[in-house]
Amino acid sequence: MNSLNAIWETRDVFLSGAGVSLLLVGLCLAISLPLATLAHVALQESAAGFARAARLLLDVMRCVPFLLLAYVVYYGLPAVGIRPEAFWAGLSSLVVYHTAYFIEILRSAALCVPQDTLVAADAFGFPRYKRYTRIVFPQLFAIAAPVLVNQSVMVIKDSALLMIITVQEITFAANFVSANYFSPFAPFLFAMLLYWLMSLLTDRLVGRLGKLRMR
Amino acid sequence: MEDSVPAAIAVRGLCKDYDGVEILRDISFDVPKGTTTCLLGPSGSGKSTLLRCVNWLEVPGRGTIRVGGAPMGRTGEGAASRPLSRKELAAARGRIGTVFQNFALWPHMTVLGNVMEAPVHVHGRPRAEVRAEALALLETVGLASKAEAYPHQLSGGQKQRVAIARALAIRPEVLLFDEPTSALDPEMVGEVLGVMRDLAARGLTMLVVTHEMGFARDVANEVIFLDGGKLVETGRPEDFFGHPKTERAQKFLARFNR
Repeated sequence: MNSLNAIWETRDVFLSGAGVSLLLVGLCLAISLPLATLAHVALQESAAGFARAARLLLDVMRCVPFLLLAYVVYYGLPAVGIRPEAFWAGLSSLVVYHTAYFIEILRSAALCVPQDTLVAADAFGFPRYKRYTRIVFPQLFAIAAPVLVNQSVMVIKDSALLMIITVQEITFAANFVSANYFSPFAPFLFAMLLYWLMSLLTDRLVGRLGKLRMR
Repeated sequence: MEDSVPAAIAVRGLCKDYDGVEILRDISFDVPKGTTTCLLGPSGSGKSTLLRCVNWLEVPGRGTIRVGGAPMGRTGEGAASRPLSRKELAAARGRIGTVFQNFALWPHMTVLGNVMEAPVHVHGRPRAEVRAEALALLETVGLASKAEAYPHQLSGGQKQRVAIARALAIRPEVLLFDEPTSALDPEMVGEVLGVMRDLAARGLTMLVVTHEMGFARDVANEVIFLDGGKLVETGRPEDFFGHPKTERAQKFLARFNR
């Protein structure tokens, strides 16, 4: 009961943490998904040599543990004269890291788009832009949606790691309450509940990408 | 071959190779406006590659193609020759309706959406006008009741009839058919050939790659027989099927007459 009281009394801390987490995840998805889509198109349309070099870079990015990347951005950049605030360091780490994953997800989904439907678009004289918007993207996102949703949930989970670089998000709030109220259990359970709710919301929103229908 | 009225399709000296392997060798022929020409030949003879060169889905190594008198793929002569820009190529392709072996319908659109897509989004015609025309086309191919269905809800024969309606919706100067019945089970072949016979009777210009000898014999104005990438024999269907001139064509036809 005391634990529940502690959560109620510190609701402002949790609310603030949830707001920061939501903002981090929302901004990351709002930037990463369009950025990954643009990068996917650029890689599809670019010369094979350039695309190979770019993919190598993406592979390197995907192999780096996220926590290390966040450390390097927050604690490493000041060494070269750039001192980002914790929130912006966290957000840019999330964006760079997950955009690399989203690009790879779109690349693998593109392999599953029936090629004959694209050939048909060429045969009917679709300009490049409309070929993508009308024919490619609806099929691409329908195929990629389940994996994009998974990756978006990973964004939520990785946002919890940003506590290490002092971003005051949900896990930071839970840790704060746990330490100050000597309650090791309830604050973290409550944080898990908040993450679960965020995941449900993300599932619904990102999942809609898979249901694009054309008039 | 040269005439004051340009042929709907004019192919001259067409050559194509893949990594040094010749697929098409010096192919020349005309498809006059309002006629049906069937491309026949064994598998691997280059029929489909030739058809795909006509709308530049395959880029030939040498030779010229003109559709309705306008150059396809490249324009200009000799040193002034240059590839069409993306925009020019898209415009040139926009005058050709293509029906594929595997239908290639867009799965995220309804049947009606598939038929309306190119006229509205490529040709920029008014949606209401295109919708009325698309419904009439679906009526013509016997699929008005399926307008709101999605491709995965249709049989193979129905899908191919939608593909034909989609090709007709752009008001094409020529229609290309790439083995339109090869992916269908025998019971559904008839319904697609029936629609194609009607189109031929209406005087549409069609170039058809097919293994349906009966269709070629009854409907084509001209047949072209390819083997090993070469144009072996060409002529009216009654001559080609009745009295094939070349030994290769005789052997090919003998297999069908067994």
